[in-house]
Amino acid sequence: MKQVFKRPESMTSKPFHFCPGCHHGIVHRLVAEALDHFSLREKTIGVASVGCSVFLYDYFAVDVIEAPHGRAAAVATGTKRVLSDHIVFTYQGDGDLAAIGTAEVIHAANRGDNITIIFVNNSIYGMTGGQMAPTTLLGQRSTTSPYGRDYRRDGYPIKMTEMLAALEGPSLVSRVAVNTPANVKKARKVIRQAFQMQVEGKGFSFVEVLSTCPTNWGVTPQAANDRIAEEMIPYFPLGTLKQKDVIDVL
Amino acid sequence: MSTPKKVFTKGNEAIAMAAINAGCRYYFGYPITPQNEIPEYMAMHLPATGGEFLQAESEIASINMLIGAAATGARVMTSSSGPGISLMQEGFSYFAGNELPAVVVNMSRQGPGLGGINATQGDYFQSVKGGGHGDYKLIVLAPHTGQELYDLTIKAFEIAEKYRILTLILGDAILGQIKEPIVPWIPEKTAGDPDRDWLITGAKGRDPRLIKSLFLADGEMEKHNWHLQAKYDQIERDDVMVEMVDTDDAELVVVAFGSVARIVKSAIAQVREAGMKVGLVRPITLFPFPRKALYELGGKTKNFLVAEMNTGQMVEDVQLNLPGDCQVDFYGRPGGSVPTPEDLYSIISETYERVS
Repeated sequence: MKQVFKRPESMTSKPFHFCPGCHHGIVHRLVAEALDHFSLREKTIGVASVGCSVFLYDYFAVDVIEAPHGRAAAVATGTKRVLSDHIVFTYQGDGDLAAIGTAEVIHAANRGDNITIIFVNNSIYGMTGGQMAPTTLLGQRSTTSPYGRDYRRDGYPIKMTEMLAALEGPSLVSRVAVNTPANVKKARKVIRQAFQMQVEGKGFSFVEVLSTCPTNWGVTPQAANDRIAEEMIPYFPLGTLKQKDVIDVL
Repeated sequence: MSTPKKVFTKGNEAIAMAAINAGCRYYFGYPITPQNEIPEYMAMHLPATGGEFLQAESEIASINMLIGAAATGARVMTSSSGPGISLMQEGFSYFAGNELPAVVVNMSRQGPGLGGINATQGDYFQSVKGGGHGDYKLIVLAPHTGQELYDLTIKAFEIAEKYRILTLILGDAILGQIKEPIVPWIPEKTAGDPDRDWLITGAKGRDPRLIKSLFLADGEMEKHNWHLQAKYDQIERDDVMVEMVDTDDAELVVVAFGSVARIVKSAIAQVREAGMKVGLVRPITLFPFPRKALYELGGKTKNFLVAEMNTGQMVEDVQLNLPGDCQVDFYGRPGGSVPTPEDLYSIISETYERVS
């Protein structure tokens, strides 16, 4: 019998701890599939960030460094500068990357550091229990915006993909979602392209993945998927904003 | 054997030169006075070694780039001064938790706040008592001459690697900017063992490895902290460095480190000429602190004078480690002024007259 589906080699067999309906499991798998596609597992170093995804070292069968909160891009830069023939990726949530780690990601992108960043945007702080994130939508309730996010107090949900696409350094900047099978297929392709950029030495690649947090949104997994389509995608439009063919070399 | 060649160089450059000769190939840093000669030297000379200099966007980024590079086993360094070192404290704590080796230089400047750019020893507490969160130690080296800046930089890489610990070289504007002759040398070993079982190099033909400081499972955190403590205990047993000058017959012993110790040496030469029996204890490692040496000396000499360029920091460690019947006087000048040999001559001779 022909095997048509299996666990990627870049993943361990440990069951996910993620909540039902959380998208981290899907995104983890897509990253692992990309690593497998280019046979990168043995030369890949993952940088874990602070948040629900910190435990990625349990699920990826690669070497991992755990970064301080927000600093994953800087840690990845340090690793990549030494091991320039290796593949280095970070996996960060919206609090980690778009609040406390904003400076680090902007400058890694601007330098065109040849790393890949997977940015999981679920518009809320998951691990700490549902506080307002920099990407929390206007009007969205969280434990620290109990009356809804108000732009007059909290500003607007930050669009990292659009910001980074404005820089010269990145090779690929894209936003995807995994709320439907069709979107998963598109996301798989873009994440693969992001690692391809790194393999080819084209510089910084960045994929924002719109993601659910049913637990902290206080909705069912199905309603969470629906919310991605109805509320998040209209504000955070999907698509590749920047894709380089070549980078200038000194 | 040919005569070792002397070079005339600034303290900051001596450190950078020593780092490269010790095998440091990666430097990440952010400009701040009075240590800019270190990144400038690295930017000029690292590329030719096959290494890389990278100017980071902040000291926060520098120390985290250092984490990522140190995890590969490469010899890596950053340098800064007071305000930048404060920003790195988070990273220092992660270095301790992650058990990674690296060298950091603090050419300290006056504080608090933006302070001033001249010499001070106000960062003693920050260096030896933590500064970041958690229950951890750094190895802290306190050179007092250009040659010692060079020698201790090489030592810093070796000891950081031996213990998987962050080693801090604590200097100040005097030491960084002073220009004097040194004799450079190259150590036998200029790289760590590539077979170390924790290096992050990609999981080729082996199980994946993990560098982490998060321990949530029952009992794991305590176990990790006891493991770290055992390492610090061993360092306190095996790695204390201290210089004792004229302490055998001393009726008064001055305790000072770094640039102040050097000024004290000049003053002691003068008071000795005047017939006063005064010695010097100069801790070279601030952690591990020379506790045993001080305690033993306190058994025969009862009068101590601590001199620092701050309002009283190391003096607490001296008091803590001397026998209870010793008398400890303190002379301190806060950041903003440097005591002259004459100032110290006066205070030492006055103290001597009073206690002898």
